Amino acid sequence: MSAYVPVHQGPGFAARIKDALAVAMLSLMLGIPMIGLHTVDSGGALSIATRWPWLALFVGIMFGGRLAMQFALDHFKLNKARRAQKRPAVRATRPWLKWLGYAVLGFSLVLPIAFSGNRYVVDTATTVLIYVMLGWGLNVVVGLAGLLDLGYVAFYAVGAYTYGLLSTHFGWGFWQTLPVAGALAATFGIILGWPTLRLRGDYLAIVTLGFGEIIRLILVNWTDFSGGPNGIGQIPRPTFFGLPFSPDTDTPTFATFFHIEYAAEHRVIFLYYVILALALLTNLFVSRLRKLPVGIAWEAVREDEVACKALGMNVTNIKLSAFAIGAMLGGFAGVFFAARQGFISPESFVFSESATILAIVVLGGMGSQLGVVVAAILLVLLPELGRDFSEYRMLLFGAAMILIMVWRPGGLIASREPTVKLNKGAQA
Amino acid sequence: MGQLIQQLINGLTLGAVYGLIALGYTMVYGIIGMINFAHGDIYMVAAIMAVTVLTLLGAAGITAVPLALLITLVVVILFTAIYGWSVERVAYRPLRNAPRLAPLISAIGMSIFLQNMVQLTQGARVKPIHALLPGGFELGTIDGFTVHLAYTQIMIIVVTVALLVLFTWLITRTSFGRQQRACEQDRTMTALLGINVDRTISYTFMLGAGLAAVAGVMVTVYYGVVDFSIGFVAGIKAFTAAVLGGIGSLPGAMLGGLIIGMIESFWSAYLSPEYKDVATFVLLILVLMFRPSGLLGRPEVEKV
Amino acid sequence: MSTHHTLLEVEHLTMRFGGLTALSDLSLNVAAGQITSIIGPNGAGKTTFFNCLTGFYKPTEGAVRMHHPQHGALLLNEMPSYHVARKAGVVRTFQNIRLFPNMTVLENLIVAQHNALQTASRFSLAGLFGRAGYKAARQQALEKAEMWLTRLKLLDLADTAAGNLSYGTQRRIEIARALCVDPLLICLDEPAAGLNPRESAELNELLVYLSREHGKGVLLIEHDMNVVMRVSDHICVLNFGNKIAEGTPQQIQQDPNVIKAYLGEEETDEKVAA
Repeated sequence: MSAYVPVHQGPGFAARIKDALAVAMLSLMLGIPMIGLHTVDSGGALSIATRWPWLALFVGIMFGGRLAMQFALDHFKLNKARRAQKRPAVRATRPWLKWLGYAVLGFSLVLPIAFSGNRYVVDTATTVLIYVMLGWGLNVVVGLAGLLDLGYVAFYAVGAYTYGLLSTHFGWGFWQTLPVAGALAATFGIILGWPTLRLRGDYLAIVTLGFGEIIRLILVNWTDFSGGPNGIGQIPRPTFFGLPFSPDTDTPTFATFFHIEYAAEHRVIFLYYVILALALLTNLFVSRLRKLPVGIAWEAVREDEVACKALGMNVTNIKLSAFAIGAMLGGFAGVFFAARQGFISPESFVFSESATILAIVVLGGMGSQLGVVVAAILLVLLPELGRDFSEYRMLLFGAAMILIMVWRPGGLIASREPTVKLNKGAQA
Repeated sequence: MGQLIQQLINGLTLGAVYGLIALGYTMVYGIIGMINFAHGDIYMVAAIMAVTVLTLLGAAGITAVPLALLITLVVVILFTAIYGWSVERVAYRPLRNAPRLAPLISAIGMSIFLQNMVQLTQGARVKPIHALLPGGFELGTIDGFTVHLAYTQIMIIVVTVALLVLFTWLITRTSFGRQQRACEQDRTMTALLGINVDRTISYTFMLGAGLAAVAGVMVTVYYGVVDFSIGFVAGIKAFTAAVLGGIGSLPGAMLGGLIIGMIESFWSAYLSPEYKDVATFVLLILVLMFRPSGLLGRPEVEKV
Repeated sequence: MSTHHTLLEVEHLTMRFGGLTALSDLSLNVAAGQITSIIGPNGAGKTTFFNCLTGFYKPTEGAVRMHHPQHGALLLNEMPSYHVARKAGVVRTFQNIRLFPNMTVLENLIVAQHNALQTASRFSLAGLFGRAGYKAARQQALEKAEMWLTRLKLLDLADTAAGNLSYGTQRRIEIARALCVDPLLICLDEPAAGLNPRESAELNELLVYLSREHGKGVLLIEHDMNVVMRVSDHICVLNFGNKIAEGTPQQIQQDPNVIKAYLGEEETDEKVAA
């Protein structure tokens, strides 16, 4: 359906100025108590300080920004009516996206070699990949099944603490713990999901938020179990098929086995490849699931639950499977996180972490795998650019979530590839 | 016994505050059928503003307590209402006909934005103010425990009851209330009848924000300390209160608030203060599981 | 008539919402291989009746019994809504079309075969590893979808998003999707609403084809009397939740109660084009 867009001349200049003035006025009112005035601690008591130039700057930016935005919208004829009709439907397939995907994959494979002398780059790339993996996991829940989970970090915590506890108390290895932690996180997903998944979207959102907090509060307060606010330290790092990365030469290590000089980077690079492998497996797993009946059913549930019921689908079970698989992937990422850091504490599993992962999914385009990668790179790299930036990190996430929803609800990469096509015939 | 009565009083006060915030949730939910995720943060914004205004008044030499309190209330309500209006205009109105998930996400974005905005502009440190209304009554000593009733507690309970009466009247007896209830039932039909639906929704957000503002001012005066992060937990608790009471019901929100306040107060006193928040969250999950329509709410019939 | 066995037995069905009685003491039989129509003015309780049949509402009183050739007599009113389609083979469409708008037409039809495919994929395990059994089931599902797409003249649109298509087309997709569930009884809620005369004629032909050639029971809620009178074998008239008449189209057209309900003494219903 091609949307009918009336030829739109746009209001006159005077009306534009008036509109921008109204926005400026509103900004002034909003800004006075927050930007214009603030209280500072002056020797035990608070006193008032002012920042009028800042306020003037803010109001000016809002005025100019509104004006520019309106003209830009006129220019691109992106009026509201048309935006409302736009849906992230099936569009012409964009081959360049596929090539971009291959390019990113190729780059990620050679990255540690290209930057072998630069530990910082490999470390940051590892962080990006953890978020990519979390993003892909949450994408199953939010993007495909349409369930808003605000407590995703709880499953990440379950994975991390499973490894933290099993490895420090019982000497379990990384690879041994991985499936157990995944299964445990999935079980938590089912325990939470079973009673709550029949709830409407916004109730579910707040229940998951509460669940995330419950897990965190238990980790903080149940000191005997989790070490409380101090967390768990000295978590063993993953070994290279039993060969540790250590400078010792008494026992066989990675360095002695391969007869190379010990270097701290070896472990960093190894960890990078471990998370890369986990992420790629996740991607393969999720993109295959998406084309299987269960994946198509997730999307159908997102689109219309009532219709699903009328077609004989057990909506609760379908949602539960999405929840459990998302939780499992979060659990895997948690195990890796604990192994990489060597130390975990409840600090790492706060709500803002859930919000960050959600922002990655939303920004990337719900349901899009490549979008998650792009968004994760953006969200991890931007704060790395400077301290100032990292202070504004969450503020920008919040603003971006609003703007993306209002202007481009499909996210950065909004195309949806059909799971099955008639002309291509059968393919799994 | 003495401690029991003391906890009852404390719980009542706390519950009144939760109830006030819950009223905002319930009203907004009633009209757009969605949770205002930024509501807890609106309450926090109000509390921070209250600190600023009280400090400003102190600097200006206005120290008469009733006057200072009144000015603070009026100013904070006004500015908070503007925030409430803006939240609706930015995060909800453009998404009126979007899929359900979209306004939810934009509202969560708004909540994150507000919290971090306040942290950046007002600082992350706790803001203490000196006691505005110190003292209170000693109600007597029972079993060796002296029961106190602070003036601030009386103030909170009186203001809350007055506001509940006022809002019940507003919703059930005035033309605005009728428009509001009409929007709740059928937005398209209400618009066809010539009622400005957008404006009614905006007013509802502003009223909700106004109630949160009252709660914010009173918490500031009652505890004497606030910071940028108080909105998150208070928001969830007030939401639990609204759901427990039956979302959409004004007396329900108040009742829910009182129950949550009591649970929190008794849990802290007799069980473990560390787990008082866990108790609320677990209660929320239990209510949603077993009685999603709440104590005083009407069950929802799925429209097919 | 005796050649058509009874598929669905509705006995003393009553549905109350608080003080409002939307359906009262309704009894009705629906036969396989026949088209049964429910007509009545707006608000007569027709859609409520569908909701009671398909598990979306739990009726206050009465029973809905489905005679399934394999599973015997099933009580629909005691089943969760998804069992109605899955176990009893009763599938419905909706008055306000409910497609999966961002998915393609073909995907809509594949979703309808979820249960069969899910079993074949061994709850995704066989599917993940591309086992032959699953591939064959998938091929079968595609063929079934293709068959109904062809029959409903939708083949060209198979790979377009369902939400972007015209109203009449969306109605056809919804019917095609319901047929992919292989229902014994298909319940259509105002399928002719918004169709042009040509589309409406095609719908008539399809309904007759489904009942005669496939032996499916068809239960129809419809306002368009052109459709109802031409294709129905049996008509049941509801007014204010009560059955006021039942019989063949000829009997209904002459029934004084029906004429009174439609043309009315005090109130007229403009929706009815007789």
